[in-house]
Amino acid sequence: MQYQNTMTLSFISKSQNEAFARVAVAAFVSQLDPTLEEISDIKTAVSEAVTNAVIHGYENQEGIITVSCTICGNVVDITIADEGIGIEDIEQAREPLYTSKPELERSGMGFTMMETFMDEVEVESEKGKGTIVRMRKKLRSLD
Amino acid sequence: MEIKYSMKKGSLIVRISGEIDHHTSEDIREKLDREFQRQNAKNIIFDFSDIQFMDSSGIGVIMGRYKNVKERGGKVGIFNVQPQIDRIFQLSGLYKIINHYHSLDEAVASLQ
Repeated sequence: MQYQNTMTLSFISKSQNEAFARVAVAAFVSQLDPTLEEISDIKTAVSEAVTNAVIHGYENQEGIITVSCTICGNVVDITIADEGIGIEDIEQAREPLYTSKPELERSGMGFTMMETFMDEVEVESEKGKGTIVRMRKKLRSLD
Repeated sequence: MEIKYSMKKGSLIVRISGEIDHHTSEDIREKLDREFQRQNAKNIIFDFSDIQFMDSSGIGVIMGRYKNVKERGGKVGIFNVQPQIDRIFQLSGLYKIINHYHSLDEAVASLQ
């Protein structure tokens, strides 16, 4: 029987909570004793997804962001969900350097970061309903 | 988050302590632009020794400062980049427009 554990966090879409979310997920994952690089990868990916929810999902209005993290053996699954405006064109949003908000000096690299630092990234979004980002990373340090 | 500034041979040296994300980047951007104007600097050199975390918001901050500096005919340099942040810079192609140095002395000498 593989080791399993799960947690869920819900918080308001304030930019202060970007740091809270990435540190909380990193602390939860740390029970697997990952390398510093693995922890750093996860923190960066979570930060990108939560930032997207704050800036794009809710457009800096108040809403709820839910982050859940499940551990199954050495695989970490992270879900970041908002009930914001949704993404009209997911393919376009995932393109490197594409940003819908260049005036905010956004680099358009958010999804590229998630894809680089995690093994799998899935995005599900419906206009007016919200966005769910599902990310998976296998911790190779535990192989 | 704390920012320390110094001037050397026309370059504004910026040492940020803490984390660069969307939340802190707005404050960093505003403070940096104010200091850059006040010092009438030509170049900006980022000392990344005390950055514990940076995500893609940091790329936006540096790209934005690069545009300002370029308008004055200056350059942006960076040194003491930690491995994880180095990967982010490489991934974003930022090293094509900013110069990566090994030390402050090398950065100052090269940019003056």
